[in-house]
This record gives sequence, structure tokens and C-alpha cells, in this order.
Amino acid sequence: MSTTTASASKGFQFMLLVTSQCNGRPQLVKSIYVSVVYIWRWFGVLSAHVSRRHVKEKKEAWGSRIGVILAVTGSAVGLGNFLRFPGKAAQYEGGAFMIPYFITLLLLGLPIAWAEWAMGRHGGAHGHNSLPGIFRVVWRSKLAPYFGVLGLLIPVAIYMYYVYIEAWCLGYAWKFATGSMALGTDKAKYAEFFSRYVGLNEHGSAFAISGVSWSDSVLPSLLICFVLNFVIIYRGLSKGIELFCKWAMPALIVCAFIVLARVLTLGTPNPAKPDQNVMNGLGFMWNLGWGGKTVWQSLANSQMWLEAAGQIFFTLSVGFGIISCYASYLKPNDDIALSSLTACAGNEFCEVALGGLITVPAAFVFLGTVGVMEATRSTFNLGFMTLPMIFNTMPLGQFVGAVFFVLLFLAALTSSISMLQPAIALMEEGLGLGRRASVAMLGFITSVGTAFVVYFSKDAVALDTFDFWVGSVCIYVLATIQVILFGWVIGVERGYEEIKRGAEIRVPKFFMYIIKYVSPAYLLIVFVVWLFQTAGTYVRKIGRDPVVAGSVGFIVLLFVFFLMLTAQSVRRWNKVHPLDKEAGQ
Amino acid sequence: MTISGWVVMILSVGFVTGLSVWCVYRVMKEPEAPERMHAQDEIDTHDKE
Repeated sequence: MSTTTASASKGFQFMLLVTSQCNGRPQLVKSIYVSVVYIWRWFGVLSAHVSRRHVKEKKEAWGSRIGVILAVTGSAVGLGNFLRFPGKAAQYEGGAFMIPYFITLLLLGLPIAWAEWAMGRHGGAHGHNSLPGIFRVVWRSKLAPYFGVLGLLIPVAIYMYYVYIEAWCLGYAWKFATGSMALGTDKAKYAEFFSRYVGLNEHGSAFAISGVSWSDSVLPSLLICFVLNFVIIYRGLSKGIELFCKWAMPALIVCAFIVLARVLTLGTPNPAKPDQNVMNGLGFMWNLGWGGKTVWQSLANSQMWLEAAGQIFFTLSVGFGIISCYASYLKPNDDIALSSLTACAGNEFCEVALGGLITVPAAFVFLGTVGVMEATRSTFNLGFMTLPMIFNTMPLGQFVGAVFFVLLFLAALTSSISMLQPAIALMEEGLGLGRRASVAMLGFITSVGTAFVVYFSKDAVALDTFDFWVGSVCIYVLATIQVILFGWVIGVERGYEEIKRGAEIRVPKFFMYIIKYVSPAYLLIVFVVWLFQTAGTYVRKIGRDPVVAGSVGFIVLLFVFFLMLTAQSVRRWNKVHPLDKEAGQ
Repeated sequence: MTISGWVVMILSVGFVTGLSVWCVYRVMKEPEAPERMHAQDEIDTHDKE
């Protein structure tokens, strides 16, 4: 009998033993308890088995510098650049919004991005690519790796619903390309189609296949997106993510320029409404002090500062754990100062120069002031109900609509592939699994999660719950941990030396003090105020709605799973390369 | 569109575009680090013993 079979048999016997000890407990709790214990034991068996075979494997690396920059930029550029940002700017007095936006970029976005790149490269130099491993070498404490668990939970849990939204974009692109999205000028028809397509009316309705043509079902698109993500990630860092981003990012920008050219040449599409023209649309987006308010009155709105901070924070993908993971594959003396700035600048270009000129002017010329204000309140409303109707109204709309949704699909895909790498990295370095096994394991976990989100689709309740607790709360927490680790544990001097090493531009030293004092304070204030305003509703929902409770339970289960994975990895790291040994390297 | 709107738009779009172009120029200008160059054993010399 082979070692693995013997181990599995022992694990099974152990499971039976544990089951026999659980008499008297409710069946569900007992099952969960047994599963957790069994998985834990399986990790131990697997890890010990693999450790004997591979102590050190060939480390993955980026193929070129422009490749890693495009990969990080691709990770950051997503739906928010083309839908969320213009919506927020339009809601908060257009041009006035740009003032807190750029201030936050300097005080929060760029410093945190530099900190993440620096910690990632530092961890990579010590052989770690996952956030638990990176935290382990940054903060030499036994607890440190467990703070990094959020760097696994966040991208994987976000992937579970993000891939679903990605599938909507692909489906809409296909429907525009084939001409089956021509639903006329009645917005209710687009709303009805969207509800049916994504299953907002009933739980499980997105899975319905009887009586639904395949082009009206989201499942084929979802399957294609899922497979595409895992094929790219399976091909590895250089031949998968990097190669894909090298053509997808330029393609995305070409698509954006095509749509931008069409929007800026719309003129006055309806002569009966001469005020609804492109110039006024641009004015709606960029004018200072409209609606009878002065600039100073607009700037006195604290909510606008919070929203600007939130937008910068989410658009740069800081606090996800992805940037550190990507940076860990750099060489110890590779530049991070210029690379980080370039990735941030690329994302800002897509957001401000492309997203800022496309969405709101296009919506304004067809809907006017009142219509655009209503449309920009919800990202889904703007992206999947209002804009499709607008594309169907404008000349060349079918082509422009198809290109726009291809653009959104590429933006989403370059982001979603980056969400898989941190967990793959831990499975490879922590458990010693090969690429195939890691991809298979993560594929199974994410498919269960995505199935959960897609099934409980009524009013997008599971998606919304995941987005709030993971896509907002956990991200703030992880970003705060990262900033505190960089500013206070690594410290200003060591942190500055780390950023300076190999740097091709000089980062002013005052940024280190911003990271130490301003960024954590800013983050905490924004987080607490935002939590105070929104968390109560979401907490109350847990008690009222069983699907919300189930979604939170799923997130907790996922967290426990990654916690166990990390604990097992720590045991392995301590055997293979203890911290005191690494310190001497 | 007011003059202030033009100013905000040009400054915002110009800033992010200028920064992106400058960054990409700096990245492309610098040669790749030596350790990224292909090692000798990756070059097929077609030598036959």
C-alpha cells in the first residue's frame, strides 16, 4: 500500500473515531466538526508527504518588467473605473469631486501601494509569495501569518461573485454583437431583461434551463469565464497572467478609445432637446459649483471626502493582498518605486481620462440631468440597464455596445485572474502542492462559492452580502494592517531603504511619514465613519434573512479553511526554513 | 460647459495622461536588469560535437 493510500485510510479511520465521539450533538454541527477535523488532518498528511518530496522547487518569476506593471494595472482596472467612478463624480458636483479625489490619491493611494509593493518584494526575497508568508518575514511574530489570512480570503471570496459579473459583461457583449440586445427605447424592458438574465426575481432562477434559450441564459458565459480564468492561471505567472495582460490591456485601451470617439462625436442627437448635447454632458461631469453651490460649499460636504477616499482605495486594488503577492515574484533589486507609480498612473488614466469622458456624457445626452442623476445612483443600473438602452438609441450603437461590453469584460477578466494567484501561491509554497493540484483545489472551492452566489440571486442578496463583508469591510481591515506593519513594524528608516533599493525614481521621504501617521489615521476615520453609516443595516440583515446569514456563514467557513491552510503552512515553513535561519540570510 | 469645467477637465485628464506617459517613457527607457537577460544555456548555438 502506498504512503498516500495509507495516510488516507488513517484519515478515514480518524474521521470515524471523531464521529463516534460526537454523539449527542446536532447532526449539522457534527458534520461540520468532522469535516473540519478531517480536512485539517488531510492537510497534515498531504503536507508531510509533499515536504519529503519537494523541499525547494523552481520559483516562478515575471518575464519582463512591463509585464508585471501591466499585470498590476490590469488587476486594478475593473468595472469601477468605467461605471463607479463616473457615477460618484456625477453625484458629488462633478469637478468638485476631483479635489478630494486627487488629494486622497496622494495621501492614501500612492503611499499604500508603495508599502504593498515593498513588503511583497521583501517577502519574495525570503522565499514567500503569499501574504501569510510575507507577513511572517516582515513581522517576526508567531501571530503574523494569521493576519495575512485576509490576503487569501479577500481575493478568493471576491472572485466568487466577480466572475459572475464578468459573465454578465461577456453575455451582453455577445448579445450586442449578434444584434439580440435591440430592446428599443423603453428602459423597463432592459430592467426586466437584466432581472431575468441574472436571476434577480427568484433564488435559483439563474440556473433555469428549460424554456430559456442558451443566449438568454447566463450559464454559458459563466462557464466560459470560469474556464478562461483557470486556464490562464494554470499557465502560470509569466506564460499565463503576464502574457494575457500584455495583449488584454492594450486591447482594453483600444476598445475604450473607440467608444470614447463615438461618444464625443454624438453632438446633439435629439434636436428637440438642444440642451442635451455632448458639451453639456462634459459640463455635467466636470463643471465646478453647479446646482447653486459654490466650490467651498461642495468641499464642506464630508460625505464627498469619504466617497473620494473609498473610490481611490478600491480603484487601486490596495488592501486586497494581490499587489504584495505580485511584487513578491520580483528580484530583490528590481525597482518598485517607478513600477508602482506606473501601475497607479495607468489605472488613473483608465479611470479619469477614459471612464470620466465616456459614461456620464453618453448618459447625459440621452437622459438629461434628471435621468443621469437617477442612473448613476447604482452601478448595475448604469452599466446593465441604462447604457444598453443608450447604445441602442445612438447611431452605430450595436457596434459601440459590443465594444463597450468587451471593454468591461477585459477589465473584469484582468482583475479576476489576479484574485486567484494569492491562494495558489500559498498552496504551492505552504503545502508544497504543484500548480495542477493547487489550481484544481482552488477551482473546486471557487466553483462552490460561485454556485452559492449564483443560486441565491434574488435581489442579488448573496452577492451584496459578500461584497459588503469581504469587498468592503475586510479590505479596509487588511489595508490598515498593512499600513501599520509598514509604518510602525518595519519603520520609516527600514521602509524607506526598502523602497529606495533599485529605485529608478526618488520617492520623497515625507511619504514615509505620511504612511506612518496620515494613512492609518485617514483609513481608520474613513472606515469608522463608513461603518457607522452602513454597517447597522447589514448586521440587522443577518438576523432577518437566512440567505444573508448563510452568506456570512460561508465567508466564515472560508476564513477558517484558509486559517487551517495557513497553520499547516507555518508548520511546514518552520521545518523547512525557520525564521532565525532566514534572519541570517 | 463653463470655463472652470474646462480647467478641471484639462487639469485632471492632463495630469493622469501626462503622468502615465512619463512613467511609461521612464520604464521603457531603462534597460532591463541584468538578471533578466537570457542566460547562456538558453541560447541554442546549433553546435554539434
